[in-house]
Amino acid sequence: MNWEIFADPLFRVPFVAGLLIAGVLPVLGALLMLRDEWLAALGLAHLAAAGALLGLAVGVPAVLGASLGALGGGAVKSIGGARGNTAYGFMILIGWSALLLAAANTSAGDALGQAVMDGQIYFAGWTELAAAVVLTGLTVPALHWLMPRLLRARFFPRHAAANRLPAWRWHLGFDLLTAFGVAAGTATLGLLGTFALILVPAWAAFRVASDWAWTLRLAGLIGVAVYLSAFLLALGLDQPFGPLLAAVCLGLGGLVAGLGSPRSLR
Amino acid sequence: MPVVGPVSCRIQAGEVVGLWGANGSGKSTLLNAIADAARIFSGRIERAPGLTLNYQEQRPVRLPAMPLTGRDLLRCAGVATERRPPGSLGVHLGRRLDRLSGGQYQLLCVWAALAGTADLVLLDEPTNNLDPEHERLLAAVLSEPRADRDERRAVLLVSHERAFLEDTCTRVLEVASDHPAGRARSPRRRCA
Repeated sequence: MNWEIFADPLFRVPFVAGLLIAGVLPVLGALLMLRDEWLAALGLAHLAAAGALLGLAVGVPAVLGASLGALGGGAVKSIGGARGNTAYGFMILIGWSALLLAAANTSAGDALGQAVMDGQIYFAGWTELAAAVVLTGLTVPALHWLMPRLLRARFFPRHAAANRLPAWRWHLGFDLLTAFGVAAGTATLGLLGTFALILVPAWAAFRVASDWAWTLRLAGLIGVAVYLSAFLLALGLDQPFGPLLAAVCLGLGGLVAGLGSPRSLR
Repeated sequence: MPVVGPVSCRIQAGEVVGLWGANGSGKSTLLNAIADAARIFSGRIERAPGLTLNYQEQRPVRLPAMPLTGRDLLRCAGVATERRPPGSLGVHLGRRLDRLSGGQYQLLCVWAALAGTADLVLLDEPTNNLDPEHERLLAAVLSEPRADRDERRAVLLVSHERAFLEDTCTRVLEVASDHPAGRARSPRRRCA
């Protein structure tokens, strides 16, 4: 393993960008799982990837294109009240189709499409870092405000309508936050790496955490640990980052889910 | 054909009003109408200005995995942390919701609705899944004062268990389905 490569300043920006995103996505994933919407993340990731490529075709940075693609999908989903696997299945198909068509019909699109699918984090630059910082800065206050409302809406679904509260605001807010997170993740970590970070840490935390605060903390910690391990292994062993991230995610997530129990974490 | 009606009723603060009737007589539909969850084709429902509601449905939301404790649930229902739940329910507050029995979870959800600061609490079949001990706890909770002031909140309670309603409610209304249009009557006290 070539350890000197870690000292290269070229890797610092992508490393920090990915680290921030890896801490945020699992927390969003926990809420998505509670809302039974984890498949939406895969749909949004496909739309983000297609948006990134279509954006590049017209000279827009990948992060911006990805954000527009995912935010558009998130807004349509929220405003149209589209929920459930059917809606998310359509998002995946639309995104996948647009992604591969854009890749086939734009200059350098094929290589970039492959990079988005593979998750070549080392191409991430200052734009991706800025997106990661904005995402982190948005997520902390947004979830502080949204979390109690989203939990109440989940467990007491009639409450908002009964009190004539504008529930659409917080559902839309969360959908847009998720869409932006997925977009930043897809542009930085790749499509399936992003999906893995949303799904697996939350899945493991749901199995073992003793309460909701622990669920969020544990999901975030698993995400960061997975990311650090994958970054080191991919760089040191010269392996593609995205598949390695997904593999480490599955391994560590499975380990935590298998070892833990609610009683042991109290 | 109307699902339920005609109904004319006024609910005052501190009242526990029971709504009784056979399956399919429209009891839950009436609750949904009050909670803005069902379309009203004629008539009107007037709310006191600033009225707040808690509505506990017949079947509480129960997910396959719920990594929240009873305490988490009460927090998200807006119940003050110093409120102590009745009887043995307090013992289970630190447990995950998906580790509670159906009856424990049902009573916890009902108590979350009652222990909050809502002016009017709508309860749809709150005795579902409850054993006799938990039913007694529920009856005791129904007569507790509300959390934030001395004034008691109002409760509108749907149940098919007539004896429970007679024991716990200040008034019981009967929703009858034996008439084409259905009707509501009050066996214990006529409602205006």
